[in-house]
Amino acid sequence: MVVSPSSTTGPVVQLSRVSKTFGDVKAVNDVSFEIQRGEFFSMLGPSGCGKTTTLRLLAGFEQPDEDGGEVKLLGEVVNKKRPYERKIAMVFQSYALFPHLSVQRNVAFGLEQRKTPKAEIGDRVRRALEMVRLKPDTFAKRMPGQLSGGQRQRVALARALVLEPDILLLDEPLGAIDLKLRKEMQLELKSLNKQLGTTFVYVTHDQEEALTMSDRIAVMDNARVAQLGTPAEIYENPRTAFVAKFIGESNFFDGTAERRNGGRWEVLRNGGGRFVVPDHPAVSEGKPLRIAVRPEWMDVWRPDGVPAGENAVGGTIRDVIYLGETMHVIVTVPGCEDVTVAVRNEGQLIKPLPWKRGDQAAVAWLPEDCQILEEV
Amino acid sequence: MASLRERILAWLHPRPQARAWALLAPGTLWLILFFLVPILIMFAYSMMPRGIYGGVEPGFTLEHYRRFFDPLYLDILRRTFVWSIACTLICLVLGFPVAYAIARGGKWKNLLLFLVVLPFWTSFLVRTFAMIFLLRDTGLINNWLLRLGLIENPITMLYTPFAVMAGLVYGFLPFMILPIYASLEKLDLSLLEAAEVLGARPAERFRRVTLPLSMPGVVAGCLLVFIPALGSFLTADLLGGAKQMMIGNLVQNQFSAARNWPFGSAASFIVMALVLVAVMLYLRVKDKAPGEAA
Repeated sequence: MVVSPSSTTGPVVQLSRVSKTFGDVKAVNDVSFEIQRGEFFSMLGPSGCGKTTTLRLLAGFEQPDEDGGEVKLLGEVVNKKRPYERKIAMVFQSYALFPHLSVQRNVAFGLEQRKTPKAEIGDRVRRALEMVRLKPDTFAKRMPGQLSGGQRQRVALARALVLEPDILLLDEPLGAIDLKLRKEMQLELKSLNKQLGTTFVYVTHDQEEALTMSDRIAVMDNARVAQLGTPAEIYENPRTAFVAKFIGESNFFDGTAERRNGGRWEVLRNGGGRFVVPDHPAVSEGKPLRIAVRPEWMDVWRPDGVPAGENAVGGTIRDVIYLGETMHVIVTVPGCEDVTVAVRNEGQLIKPLPWKRGDQAAVAWLPEDCQILEEV
Repeated sequence: MASLRERILAWLHPRPQARAWALLAPGTLWLILFFLVPILIMFAYSMMPRGIYGGVEPGFTLEHYRRFFDPLYLDILRRTFVWSIACTLICLVLGFPVAYAIARGGKWKNLLLFLVVLPFWTSFLVRTFAMIFLLRDTGLINNWLLRLGLIENPITMLYTPFAVMAGLVYGFLPFMILPIYASLEKLDLSLLEAAEVLGARPAERFRRVTLPLSMPGVVAGCLLVFIPALGSFLTADLLGGAKQMMIGNLVQNQFSAARNWPFGSAASFIVMALVLVAVMLYLRVKDKAPGEAA
């Protein structure tokens, strides 16, 4: 891999305390993070959470508020720089291919603007098209209107990658293509990121997509970063109820910490009973707390058959849902929302689940599988 | 009655071609009756001897077409073309920025559009008369310039080519603005952002994205200004006086004062033929011009 001369050791993207206000709406509120060279970094959140505005701040379409912090690209403050003065490339949600230019001219556009020698352009366009698996001989002469959605997506990607950018911004680029192709493109994007060493900054509202591709994810909520970490950290150790709910499914239990016992806390559950959670800085005696537990970390038992040492709550089975790979058993528990338990489907025709609607049951999980949330 | 209607609809339903004809028929008949027939009559007149008190006499002659190639008339023809082209270019230069501003006008968009079409609420004749009051030696403009002490004697504007051009541009500017606005309005803003992030500075972005994508509007606007400008006679008549005759004035004269219908018809057909050639040339040049073909 050729390392470009602008290569530095520090982070390629640095946001420090960046804010952006539109009218009286804070679209981005005091956001800070750093992205390392070659990283696949995702910003994930529901619409209106500020992820797209953050990306547009990186691209230069928006500028931070007057006292709204600092955006640094490759170590240089770029707050006031226009997009054409920044060394970035971008793939748009709508692809934004120029409808009056052929695929060839679309991909060549950025090179022409950057005064690349003519002889070099043809070659690089070819290579970029091959990189995104479009045969140059077939596609170079076509107009964007003659391409399918997936092909347009690939051209948009080629148009950005041909510039050999240090940083590639992607704004929900897979939002408009069908599921099967999307899965394929996810893996392709990830391998391009590793193969080229380009830093990818990826915006999406699809949690599965973010988990599949990212080295690190910034989960955004309400104009702020709710949590930043690797996919495993985010999924297995969500810090807030929002993160626990937005990434995957979670069951929530509220209670009050009663006493510490052998490095664990006993918690009095709102609605009756007790459960045990591991030690955690957010827990102290008499303090209310909330935990989240993933459905696949729980099991359903007969009310008297819960294994020793596991947390358990009793309830009534409301529904059993067939999902193919798994079965969801939904249990109504007094004092909290319905609890969903994911059970592996071992074949309902041969080994049917012993549960049916209306049965009394206990839901159990291990103390170490409790995710203690910092906000109650 | 209802059953007749139902029977007609039932007959039309499985016949898409018949349905298309049914939709086309009323307008087509109107045009045949009030456009095609008069034009054919005019064409016939243009090749018949002139009647003494107007009208025509039976016979066949090409004399009227021959007569048009007199330097006097060719001069009028040349002036008409030069002015119409100039008017089109001025409208384009003035109109494009206006259309661009309106398309990016945000909440002011509707108000601005309303202002563009506002002049149509008054008859063109009245508006042209109003320009006389602006332009004449004792008119508003000269009055103010005199009062401000910028000039000592009134500037003669009325009955000059300047007055005609001002009137033409004023009259046709909305026909340039509206189609260009329509094409700029449709322009996807993310295309401009894409150009910018690919390294295009504003001028390059305009040249390579905004302009080519607004070409349909520019072409439509130019045709909508150029063709009616060629045939216009009111502006030259009121603001230009006798010395600034355009071809439209000539035709009007032949039909009214001169009572030479065949010659008026012949002049009309020559202009029509030239317009056809000019428009075809224009469209061919424009297809090659954008320079962004594959």
